[in-house]
Amino acid sequence: MNRDTRITWINRLLLPLLNILTAFAATAVVFWLIDVNPIEAAQVLIYGAFGYKEGIGYTIYYTTNFIFTGLAVAVAFHAGLFNIGGEGQAYVGGLGAGLVILFLDPTLGAWVFIPASIIGALLFGGLWALIPAYLQAYRGSHIVITTIMFNFLAASLMVYLMVHVLREVGQMTPQSELFPTNAWMPFVHDVAAGFGYSIEASPLNLSVLLALLCAILVWFFLWQTRWGYAIRATGKNGTAAVYGGIKPKRIIIVAMCISGALAGLVSVNELVGYQHRLIMDFHLGYGFGGIAVALMGRNHPVGIIVAALLFGTLYQGGAELAFEMSGISRDIVVVMQGLVILFCGALEYMYRPWLIRSLAPVNKQEVLVGAAA
Amino acid sequence: MNLIMTDTFAIELTDIDKRFGAVHANNKVCLQVKRGNIHGIVGENGAGKSTLMSILYGFYQADAGQIDVLGETYTFTDSHQAIAAGIGMVHQHFMLVENFTVLENVILGCEGGALLADGLAAARKELTRLGDEYGLKVDLDTTIDQLSVGLQQRVEILKALYKGAKILILDEPTGVLTPQETEELFRIFNALKQQGVTIMLITHKLREIMSITDQVSVMRAGQMVAHRDTQDTSREELAELMVGRKVLLQVDKKPANIRAPLMKVKRLTVADSQGINRLKDVSFELRAGEVLGVAGVSGNGQTELLEALSGITPMTSGSIEVLGFEMDAKNPLTPDRLRELGLAHVPEDRHRMGLIVDFSASESALLGYHTDPKVNSGIWLSNSKVEANCQALMTAFDVRPADPQLKSANFSGGNQQKLILAREMERNPDVLLIGQPTRGVDIGAIEFIHQRIIDMRDAGKAVLLVSVELDEIMSVSDRIIVLCDGEISGRINTADADERTLGMMMANALDPIDPLQTMDDQQAFSKQESNQVSSQVASQENKL
Repeated sequence: MNRDTRITWINRLLLPLLNILTAFAATAVVFWLIDVNPIEAAQVLIYGAFGYKEGIGYTIYYTTNFIFTGLAVAVAFHAGLFNIGGEGQAYVGGLGAGLVILFLDPTLGAWVFIPASIIGALLFGGLWALIPAYLQAYRGSHIVITTIMFNFLAASLMVYLMVHVLREVGQMTPQSELFPTNAWMPFVHDVAAGFGYSIEASPLNLSVLLALLCAILVWFFLWQTRWGYAIRATGKNGTAAVYGGIKPKRIIIVAMCISGALAGLVSVNELVGYQHRLIMDFHLGYGFGGIAVALMGRNHPVGIIVAALLFGTLYQGGAELAFEMSGISRDIVVVMQGLVILFCGALEYMYRPWLIRSLAPVNKQEVLVGAAA
Repeated sequence: MNLIMTDTFAIELTDIDKRFGAVHANNKVCLQVKRGNIHGIVGENGAGKSTLMSILYGFYQADAGQIDVLGETYTFTDSHQAIAAGIGMVHQHFMLVENFTVLENVILGCEGGALLADGLAAARKELTRLGDEYGLKVDLDTTIDQLSVGLQQRVEILKALYKGAKILILDEPTGVLTPQETEELFRIFNALKQQGVTIMLITHKLREIMSITDQVSVMRAGQMVAHRDTQDTSREELAELMVGRKVLLQVDKKPANIRAPLMKVKRLTVADSQGINRLKDVSFELRAGEVLGVAGVSGNGQTELLEALSGITPMTSGSIEVLGFEMDAKNPLTPDRLRELGLAHVPEDRHRMGLIVDFSASESALLGYHTDPKVNSGIWLSNSKVEANCQALMTAFDVRPADPQLKSANFSGGNQQKLILAREMERNPDVLLIGQPTRGVDIGAIEFIHQRIIDMRDAGKAVLLVSVELDEIMSVSDRIIVLCDGEISGRINTADADERTLGMMMANALDPIDPLQTMDDQQAFSKQESNQVSSQVASQENKL
């Protein structure tokens, strides 16, 4: 194996693995500090996520959200943009899906409702990202700042709409009326029952297939089309891209809209697939989680699916942990996620110099030749 | 080894050996540099010069061998020890803090205490002395960004001397200088030599080796292949020793068959983001069947010229007519549109613009052409076609290794450059803009690249060649325009040009030429004008 392939594997596999293990080790220390046996906790967590059929359903259900937001962050990242606005885009995407369903004639069939709600989520999520994209491309404001601000704007907007406009008549809770059953994304257990298999009921719905389809489409788009080439070229070297006739402003707009649209699809899984009504705060944590998922997954769809599964596991297993063990609240999931984000995101390259030094020592001649050139 | 022998050598390297993995960078290298001499080291990229100097300066440790400096044996583990032993290094890229004054830069790293005042006062005294002694005059209170490149280099030399250097190593010191600044630098070298300072000069400019050094050593493929007294050798012999075969130093070319203009540039002005004009009223014509050279010290508008002509940088005023299409500030043509029309551009900086170092070679070879129907079927960009295209380019231009999947960053500079040239030339453009085609490229590849440029010319294409290498401009181009401070400061036919005239033009020491007067074709480059230019040179000389 030459040095390059070794470095590639260090980056792709070894580094994320070590980071995750470090995060787990740190979590174990936290457990130990609050007098919880870490090994026992790990057992409960893994059992909760994979030990029984309903748990698996929940795990994959959560994973679906993380695939959408992970892909969203990755597409923007390949264009050299850091989209922190996944939260807001998912939330507003939900508004799009919900409005489409609530305004369509309830007697229409699922074949109209489901594609229409998906398009609604895509459009609203994409448009919510279009504004920061426009501001970056044509007005020079920074995408990180604007997308963060747009998360708050989305939250305020939704509070207003849910409380004053979309609240179900005669109800105190800020939620919309129930979607007509035709508009529900079919549950996996229902579909399986239709084929004669019996599966425990869980929120897992066919959105997971949509997520996998999106992963394939994102891969195809980024690596097998000229537009993907233009996006990646812009992300890697903007100056060279301009030289190559690529228009960076257009790239910013396109990449951010795709990114926002993908984030918007979280609502298809959450609202169309499970809640079956427009509710508040269904999106919380998935947008930010997507950043960690994309980082861990090296911005590649395959990596993102794997990383999303890890986050789904933590979500579901953590919930189980809080339920099963005394002295642990659900907040521990947030701590665990935080540690994973810390070690996989912020401290991503902590082990890299050490790994490269020990597993792929530098061939200095290359460096010299490079420097001389 | 007897004492007198060692004492005459400033540096004595014995059997220095260094491997990096499979690469034998230095293979039993021996070198003796006499005290108070100017010693040149030449060799192609990758010949091991930089490794050897890095070992001498303490960046790397040799696997085997002995280093003697001024008669004492050392084992350097870092550059501080080399500095303490009396070695100073002036890097190709200056290590200066731009918004510090000269004085502050010099004391950086040896401030002499927590409070600066004492250190600064002492340094001022010492630098004034050094300046007088070696003729290294610089205003100590000017900030670096106010200084010309030549003066910045002088600060680097002062820095080394201030730290007590008895031996100065200079890596490609003249790459960024005008001929006049180079002369000035060589004058400083001689002054330093008079004071007993030993100078090691690493360069690929054989002409400079011949004019300034006392001895020269040639490296090839990690070995020292020859040591010569400069007076006993010639450029041809050195080039042959470097490459290992005979090299054509002059480009072999037929007289140009110049035809209709394909590009007319009229009063082109380009301002940067601060609103400062980087190009002012530049007018010229580029005709089919010629190579028009653009000479000038780097940073005098060449980059802006190339980028404006290729549609990358918007122009402020003026107009460009290219291949029958007109563009001006209000109606720009984009880089992709210009490419469609048949304009190709080899950018000056291959890492910044020419390719994407993180991309595979095949992806870099697609830059600018990713919408070409040849590699796209519907929405699908065919990676196999992209790779086949790259493979063909690699074969045509002998890019090594010929592996389209290899990351662009992992090719040597010369091979990266050949890949870019292949990409731009193999599409058979009508107008070709080339910036610094041989920067950091081996001598063997330079010959190849120059030949390809001449081939384009002979095929009736119009070539604009921007280069800071006067040798290259003079040997490849048919006509020359000189840029100084964003203006055309001289126009001359290559046949009438000599280095001195061009040097004067580059420094804008000749009377400025009215842009309107020279805008019209043919006349601009008539014999008369070049005669006028030479008489101006003559009158300048008389004044001196």
